[in-house]
Amino acid sequence: MEPADLAAREHEESGTNWRKFFGFSTDHKVIGIQYLVTSFFFYLIGGALASAVRTELATPDADFVSPDLYNSLFTIHATVMIFLWIVPAATGGFGNYLIPLMIGARDMAFPRLNAVAFWMIPPAGILLMSSFFVGAAGSGWTSYPPLSIINGSKAGEFIWILSVLLLGTSSILGAVNFFVTILKMRIPGMGLNQMPLFCWAMLAASALILIGTPVLAGALILLSFDLIAGTAFFNPTGGGDPVVYQHMFWFYSHPAVYIMILPVFGMISEIIPAHARKPIFGYRAIAYSSLAISFLGLIVWAHHMFTSGTPAWLRMFFMIATMIIAVPTGIKVFSWLATIWGGKLRLNSAMIFGMGFISMFVVGGLSGIMVASVPFDIHVHDTYFIVAHLHYVLFGGSVFGLYGALYHWFPKMTGRMMNETWGKVHFALTFIGFNMCFLPMHKLGLEGMPRRVAMYDPKFTALNVVCTVGSYILAVSTIPFLVNAAWSWLRGPKAPDNPWQALTLEWMTSSPPPVENFYKDPVLASGPYDYGMVNALVIRQKMMKGKEATTERKTPSGIPLNQLKASDLLGGSSSIVQSASDAEVEAQTLQDEDPMLSGGPNSVLRAKPDPEEAVNPDDRQDS
Amino acid sequence: MKIPSNITTLIAGIVLTLVSLWVGKNHGLLPVAASEEAALVDGLFNTMMTISTGLFFIVEGVLVYSIFRFRRRPGDNTDGPPTHGNVPLEILWTAIPAVIILIIGVYSFEVYNSMGGLDPMAAHGHSMQQARKMPGSAIAATLDENTQQAAPTPTEQIADGVGASPDKSANPNLEVNVTGLQFAWIFAYPDSGVTSGELHVPTGREVKLNISANDVIHAFWVPEFRLKQDAIPGRTTELRFTPKTVGTYPVICAELCGSYHGGMKTQVIVQTPEEFDAWVQSQQEVASAENLDRALAINPQAMSTGEFLAPYAGEMGITSDTLEQLHASHHHQF
Ligand code: HEM
Ligand SMILES: [Cu+2]
Ligand SMILES: [Cu+2]
Repeated sequence: MEPADLAAREHEESGTNWRKFFGFSTDHKVIGIQYLVTSFFFYLIGGALASAVRTELATPDADFVSPDLYNSLFTIHATVMIFLWIVPAATGGFGNYLIPLMIGARDMAFPRLNAVAFWMIPPAGILLMSSFFVGAAGSGWTSYPPLSIINGSKAGEFIWILSVLLLGTSSILGAVNFFVTILKMRIPGMGLNQMPLFCWAMLAASALILIGTPVLAGALILLSFDLIAGTAFFNPTGGGDPVVYQHMFWFYSHPAVYIMILPVFGMISEIIPAHARKPIFGYRAIAYSSLAISFLGLIVWAHHMFTSGTPAWLRMFFMIATMIIAVPTGIKVFSWLATIWGGKLRLNSAMIFGMGFISMFVVGGLSGIMVASVPFDIHVHDTYFIVAHLHYVLFGGSVFGLYGALYHWFPKMTGRMMNETWGKVHFALTFIGFNMCFLPMHKLGLEGMPRRVAMYDPKFTALNVVCTVGSYILAVSTIPFLVNAAWSWLRGPKAPDNPWQALTLEWMTSSPPPVENFYKDPVLASGPYDYGMVNALVIRQKMMKGKEATTERKTPSGIPLNQLKASDLLGGSSSIVQSASDAEVEAQTLQDEDPMLSGGPNSVLRAKPDPEEAVNPDDRQDS
Repeated sequence: MKIPSNITTLIAGIVLTLVSLWVGKNHGLLPVAASEEAALVDGLFNTMMTISTGLFFIVEGVLVYSIFRFRRRPGDNTDGPPTHGNVPLEILWTAIPAVIILIIGVYSFEVYNSMGGLDPMAAHGHSMQQARKMPGSAIAATLDENTQQAAPTPTEQIADGVGASPDKSANPNLEVNVTGLQFAWIFAYPDSGVTSGELHVPTGREVKLNISANDVIHAFWVPEFRLKQDAIPGRTTELRFTPKTVGTYPVICAELCGSYHGGMKTQVIVQTPEEFDAWVQSQQEVASAENLDRALAINPQAMSTGEFLAPYAGEMGITSDTLEQLHASHHHQF
């Protein structure tokens, strides 16, 4: 990197300061960071509520808080974790920050809408928190009527509805934006099959948001009528049907778990290959399995209602449909494992959280197959087994993945490196605390402890104490992360543009990227995961040379694309750099004429340049 | 992708299978199985445990092995081999989960069916009406001829090894009407007019619970029976099972129903048929000694919450304050 270049960038950076993060910015990167910081703040609040819940559960009696307050605590805990942490962080935060960069766009399709979507979140969150002053909602995050209509304070329940409606609206606005951006704003040469897998995952998740969230809104609006206007949509005393609410609620809320996990799947598909230094195994299989999960996720909702008096045949249908989801999910897990296998693993914080994700998510996935089975679910439904299962998916899955993503993209976002040692301490504490907190819950549930209880049978005390200690370790585990992130952001060592030698486009610009992302429109020089095929550093160097050669750097808008040819970057038409390393020898043996049998670059599963759209003329002629 | 030498793979596979099988049998995660159905569910769970243990160790094994074997060596900045995929392998690991869920799916279906979950007779006659009357029937077991003709007579003896499974239920049902209300369970025996705060059931006889709720949704759960069914206000759901093991087990409310949801529990007492009959008799005597009219006319739905709660309030640690509140809120609601 040339010093002159650095200086120019410093200059550009100084024009933008921290104040932009508190204003109505339309820059997707600012919005992404706003989402991430806000939602992490709510994560801490949700975590504090969880600690209160666990403190109450350290003893079998309701002694720490009143039973009513206890119900509010876990209700708000779950609402915060879902609607104010995982969803906004995974879609709003990383989606906003990464999507335009990954597809080479200068911003999202609707930048103002984007900012509006973000700015709905803080008021909704503050509203929700303030409901504790009037008696917060305490009917669980599912808010089943008739309980939610008659339980505790109506004001609290109404505020809960209002704030979830706001958050849902924000999420819909965000999804519209992702959808259009991904479909319409990719740089030429990037067909759908050349997108980084995170984009596929966001596409699938956005579809779910768009289809599911309006139904939740409908359910909640009807519920609010029952609550404040005395209607009886869901109230049996007036002839309503509470089970209808459950159907409407879960029609959104089952897909919601995929809204929370699909983007994280996408992040893992970025993190693993970059740090294993191998192409993602089975690009197409992973991409399309996201779509399959998204579709199947829409037709399994009643697996939450196996004991709600659902007709027998319907239960069988939902059981089978649910189990089928294990197939695309299995494809992903095995593909990640195959990506890791034989790689040259850089076991840094991002990678160990990524591998931690796989190892913990698998537990949640396996218990997920179990609870899909109707006869077994009849036993464990609404017990601590479910609490264990959902935390292995949402915490062991989504949160581990989000942490991995934070470590992975932190240098890009802030221009600073994070401290590796503290990252590993963070991982160790999280991993131990998490398993201590949630593993015993499986047994608790199987043996007869229902969920959402402030008091329980004293015979369960010992395991509950273990869980509570685990939750305190989890609480402590955020400290190294917070300190590390704050310190690194201010004083950490400067990050190079591409500290991980990754190949997706966000690494082809400076860290942090300039206002419109690229100094000149980027070109696809390689597939997103062509590790081991082209020397990433060579590409990088040529890219930089190309960048410096152009004088129009500060006015990126008017550069015709064809000024920089992809073939310039590749140094010839052959994409494999000749060298005699072991890897190359292995690569030769992987090659097979038949793309169905080839493990190498010839494989049908590889993201190949699209013959219609490829920038490189050689690729266009290929087929 | 290098595949470790065949012998090692073979040994690892055998060890893994043995460990999985052992775990499936010896996990010790479930409480005693006190109903005929519970044994079926346990078999299913054990199978799923075996399969899950195997898959779990495969995934974790690959991860742990990779950490040691494929760690980047210091000074090595090259990339790994450019493996992009492998279609046969991809097909294999699509097929494996597919086969596994097929096995678990069919097994679950079988278990569900033999628990009486599916109602093949629902299409005709008696059961049809039954089904219509109870739209939310949970475990709507088949009613075979015997069940249909025989009037439930509590004294009738049970044949050996007969469960609640649809094809075998030679015994008349014992019907119990279960009502959930904040925060108690009421069990009414229509045949004998007995009403109780605890559920008494005889071993070996098929019991049918008609479950409903007075205020909000509750859920009737007996972990030792592996059975759960929501009690939903405004409709009746049903649950059938055959108690097997004498003992006292908790009846737990599993659906959040308000502040004292955690305290909403009572007991199910599984007795020998003789003990059960004796209990019914004693209850009837107590009731008639107190007030014959009342005992016969007893009907949970017709009574106010307060009246019902009173006898159980002490047990549950509910104060008169909460009772008042409850009472008030009910008048308010209905
Ligand atoms: C920080 C560590 C966490 C701890 C110690 C914790 C603890 C708990 C506990 C004990 C419950 C059960 C409450 C009850 O049923 O009485 C619960 C419920 C729940 N948690 Fe967490 N949790 C944590 C993080 C998370 C995360 C990251 C999510 C992600 C979305 C999450 C989502 C939920 C949900 C959806 C429920 C169900 C609440 C309900 O029953 O309505 N939790 N949590
Ligand atoms: Cu679901
Ligand atoms: Cu309850």
